[in-house]
Amino acid sequence: MPVLKTRVERQSPQFCANTAAMSALVEDLRSRVESSSAGGGRQAREKHLKRGKLLPRDRIDQLLDPGSAFLECSQLAAYGMYEDEVPAAGVITGIGRISGVECVVVVNDATVKGGSYYPMTVKKHLRAQEIARENRLPCVYLVDSGGAFLPRQDEVFPDREHFGRIFYNQATLSGLGIPQLAVVMGSCTAGGAYVPAMSDESIIVRHQGTIFLGGPPLVKAATGEVVSAEDLGGADVHSRRSGVTDYYARDDRHALAMARRLVANLNWRKLGEVTREPSCEPLYPATDLYGIVPTDLRKPYDVREVIARLVDGSQFDEFKELYGTTLITGFARLHGYPVGIIANNGILFSESALKGAHFIELCCQRGIPLLFLQNITGFMVGSKYEAGGIAKDGAKLVTAVACAKVPKFTVIIGGSFGAGNYGMCGRAYSPRFLWTWPNARISVMGGEQAAAVLAQVKRDNFEAQGQLWPAADEESFKAPVRAQYEQQGHPYYATARLWDDGIIDPADTRRVLGLALTAALSAPIERTPFGVFRM
Amino acid sequence: MFGKILIANRGEIACRIARTAQRMGVATVMVYSDADAAALHVRGAPQAIRLGASPAAASYLDGAKVIAAALASGAQAVHPGYGFLSENADFAQACAAAGLTFIGPSVDAIRMMGSKSAAKKLMASHAVPLVPGYYGEDQNPALLAAAAVDMGFPVLIKASAGGGGRGMRVVRAAAEFAPALASAQRESLSAFADARVLLEKYIERPRHIEVQIFGDQHGNLVHLFERDCSLQRRHQKVIEEAPALNLTPAQRATLYAAATAAGRAVNYVGAGTVEFVVAPDGAIYFIEMNTRLQVEHPVTEAITGLDLVEWQLRVAAGEPLPLAQSAIGQRGHAIEVRVYAEDPAQDFRPSVGQIVHARLPAASAQVRVETGVASGDSVSPWYDAMVAKLIVQAENRPSALRLMAHTLRETELAGVNSNLVYLRRIIEHPDYAAGDFTTHFAEEQKAQLLPTPGAPPNRVLLLAVAAVLRGRDQAAMTASPWALADSFRLNHTRCERLSFRHGEALINLTLHQHRSGPRVGLPDSSQVELRAVPAPDGRFQLDIGAQQIHARVVQRGELLEIFDAGERWVLGLIDPLQRTDEDEIATGSLLAPMPGAITAVLVAVGDVVRRGQPLLVLEAMKIEHTITAPCDGTVSELYFLQGQQVTQEGAELVRVAPAIPPPAAAV
Repeated sequence: MPVLKTRVERQSPQFCANTAAMSALVEDLRSRVESSSAGGGRQAREKHLKRGKLLPRDRIDQLLDPGSAFLECSQLAAYGMYEDEVPAAGVITGIGRISGVECVVVVNDATVKGGSYYPMTVKKHLRAQEIARENRLPCVYLVDSGGAFLPRQDEVFPDREHFGRIFYNQATLSGLGIPQLAVVMGSCTAGGAYVPAMSDESIIVRHQGTIFLGGPPLVKAATGEVVSAEDLGGADVHSRRSGVTDYYARDDRHALAMARRLVANLNWRKLGEVTREPSCEPLYPATDLYGIVPTDLRKPYDVREVIARLVDGSQFDEFKELYGTTLITGFARLHGYPVGIIANNGILFSESALKGAHFIELCCQRGIPLLFLQNITGFMVGSKYEAGGIAKDGAKLVTAVACAKVPKFTVIIGGSFGAGNYGMCGRAYSPRFLWTWPNARISVMGGEQAAAVLAQVKRDNFEAQGQLWPAADEESFKAPVRAQYEQQGHPYYATARLWDDGIIDPADTRRVLGLALTAALSAPIERTPFGVFRM
Repeated sequence: MFGKILIANRGEIACRIARTAQRMGVATVMVYSDADAAALHVRGAPQAIRLGASPAAASYLDGAKVIAAALASGAQAVHPGYGFLSENADFAQACAAAGLTFIGPSVDAIRMMGSKSAAKKLMASHAVPLVPGYYGEDQNPALLAAAAVDMGFPVLIKASAGGGGRGMRVVRAAAEFAPALASAQRESLSAFADARVLLEKYIERPRHIEVQIFGDQHGNLVHLFERDCSLQRRHQKVIEEAPALNLTPAQRATLYAAATAAGRAVNYVGAGTVEFVVAPDGAIYFIEMNTRLQVEHPVTEAITGLDLVEWQLRVAAGEPLPLAQSAIGQRGHAIEVRVYAEDPAQDFRPSVGQIVHARLPAASAQVRVETGVASGDSVSPWYDAMVAKLIVQAENRPSALRLMAHTLRETELAGVNSNLVYLRRIIEHPDYAAGDFTTHFAEEQKAQLLPTPGAPPNRVLLLAVAAVLRGRDQAAMTASPWALADSFRLNHTRCERLSFRHGEALINLTLHQHRSGPRVGLPDSSQVELRAVPAPDGRFQLDIGAQQIHARVVQRGELLEIFDAGERWVLGLIDPLQRTDEDEIATGSLLAPMPGAITAVLVAVGDVVRRGQPLLVLEAMKIEHTITAPCDGTVSELYFLQGQQVTQEGAELVRVAPAIPPPAAAV
């Protein structure tokens, strides 16, 4: 297999400047993740520990196999939202290995607002269930939540993708044979009571876990009955009398050990069949990526340098190397698994779109997972290209991307603008996972272009009324537009709203992809029925 | 010469005898018990016959079965090895009656020397020096006490029929005599079914020197020099060497003369050992004669260049001794250590179990290894726990000591505990090296030989972590990136806690998985990069600071045995996920499993109960349910009387207040 050669000069000023810039971005990311991972404040954590409960991340460590990776999703969910009072949206989700089985884990963080569900909490929980559904991964819920956040009930309760969808998902996931396991480690009040109740099996921790449709205050208000939370819905009630829970745990550790046993007893087999080869590391260090990728999105570079640092042995069989050269396509192995790679190397032309569609067809025929490395400002514009039918060629690529049933993975390694986002499997095209590098930007178009377009429209209006628009005014009009695009297109803004599954350190990309690829193969690879390709 | 012999023994000695026999063209037949069906002495044997069940009495000690096996196999002679039937006169006689040659001395010689009192009487009449003592039949306590006073305290009381220290008492004053006698008699009676005792003047700080003798059926008898077996632990030899240190030519002459006189007194045929004590004043006293091949015979072989088993076979076959006394010489110095599967830290309790890993030193012209086990074999509880002997030979004693220390460092036994480190501490002890030791050495130097184990050094902890990570890597070889087990965390450096148990102590380490590789946080709060790679020989190469070391870690489940620089460290990895089901759900069993009648109440309120103790019995649906205590505690409530009906399923029947664990002892 051909090996990608590198032309990177690690001593060059450009490389060093890029490295410094990317390092700063990664450091900033890590520090923000660190503070958001701490959950609620120190007081909340101490209160939690005093009750004999483990902190949510310690629960995860106890639940997963020793040394297991934890592929966390949406670490910065709700970042900068709700007055920044809901770190990580109060719930930790991700994929980890339990008793040798990759599972989706959803863990309420009761140190954050009592684990109650804000709109982003709901979105993050639903996204985790979507990952479970698409990749056929068993779900383990470590429940410790007061339920919906009442002051925002209108954003949490009534709609299709709101709180109720969690239980809809539990029922339908279970119906698909995707196990639903709950460990009640704290409150499960009202709607929350349905998490254990809708699970295939559930565990409850004595003196900690409670499940009831109406808590003691509501019961007192409704019927006058005075009852303690433990007597109303504690472990003894539900394990001995109601049968809502199936296993009675002495404490958190015991419960998590039991949960591991439940997973061990699933008789779980992965169904995604691909050929395997021994895994080998790329020839070049991953940290080179810091120096390769310019932080200025306008600066071009050869995306093959990136591919060379992701794939096994830096080996890459390029497809249509000489045709439609702004889109790189080809076959490689990642951690021993086959993968078809589609990567931007410039703007999309008709040829590149056609080549991409062709390549996707190949991968779908052969059951090869697809990896999109997205760095795209858009499709070429102009009369020549419109007349050349770039819209229908772009549509072919979008059709292929949309319909492809093989596991798709997207990493936004640079810009993600306009229809390029669609053709390169943006969030709307349901990649199994989508990650962003810290240098990335996402918006319908670039901030500069948006400002220019809006200014042009405004100037046209002025001119239509026979007025003049002073240049200084134009500039003060454009500045806020640019600022808005910069803010809203920033990865932190995007990831806070779950437009992606997380921001990753470029140097971790290979590992993250390997973990995700393997987890995705829990589901069978289905045949793809493509839509009509407009010819 | 015999065409075929049966070896009525097991372990290293059976293997060793077979080796010589085969070299001489004599076919061998092994015997085995059920416990030894797959033992080393059986595995390589051309022919092996099952004797019976595992207890020695049903197998290796059952003379009739051994003789039947010999006859069935067509052997003409039986080599008894040491222990078991080797000094059993009845067995020797039965062999003769069955037409088999017993490879050993005559029945009479065994009998004569078998009784210590009789042997001493005989020796006294042959001018062999004896420790002042009383060997009479009259066991009147008053008479014994008077005899003790006569010979002067301290006095040793010994069981006449005994050995191995049982029934033995040192009495230092007249007033202590009577109770010590009574207790020695009791012990002797229970151990040997014979309460008779003998008295001897107790020699303080004695050395144990023995002389190897050999006689043939033609009246020839020679000695093969002496061995120093002073290094004993509770009267069991631990280290033997030849020649003995610090003996004058006159003392040697006395020893050889006395030993050959003893042999001649019983017309001794075959290999025998005459044991003496040498007092600090240089006086030499006869103790006893062993009418068998000794465990420690290899040191004599090393210095004389002879094969004693070959001599035994020749003599038993009627040949004259191969060499005359004048033709037998000695050169250099030889040391033997006995490797036991035992736990020095637990009062040398035998350590039973599978030897998951055995690395024995390579044999050479200077190093001899006699083993009865290999990797994967088990040490069974049925027999002596000696698993191997290591013998070294060098031109002089300091060289031999150096070589032995090195040899012990190269020897590894995992899966069971062993005395390897203990042996090395003796060999390296300055007093031992200086030749300044008596039979009390092991007791006197206990503190130095059995130091309280300290905390494992950092290098050992790093090796343990390296082994844990290796285990994970091996699991990941074929597997997915999920099996890499590096605790990958997105945008975090995961800090994993690794806890090990070392004896009673808990050692907590932290493992940080950096992109540059793992770093380990050590108990001394330092953090070091872990640089350990597997070496081709299965050991680890660990770089620590500027040092490079090679060490082995044997991992079996959660147990790690680390062999580093002659030390063995046993660490238990604590699986944070493992839960014991010790304290079961406490209240569960105290509820009525279904409605029924209380047919028995077995406790009363206030009773102290143990976990699992039956409290009451409920009969329901024709089945008796016994309600037992869920934990140690006190019965605090009884809600039902005998005969009462329990109408509600899940009704609480009885309440047990758990015992409060005793508060930690005040310092």
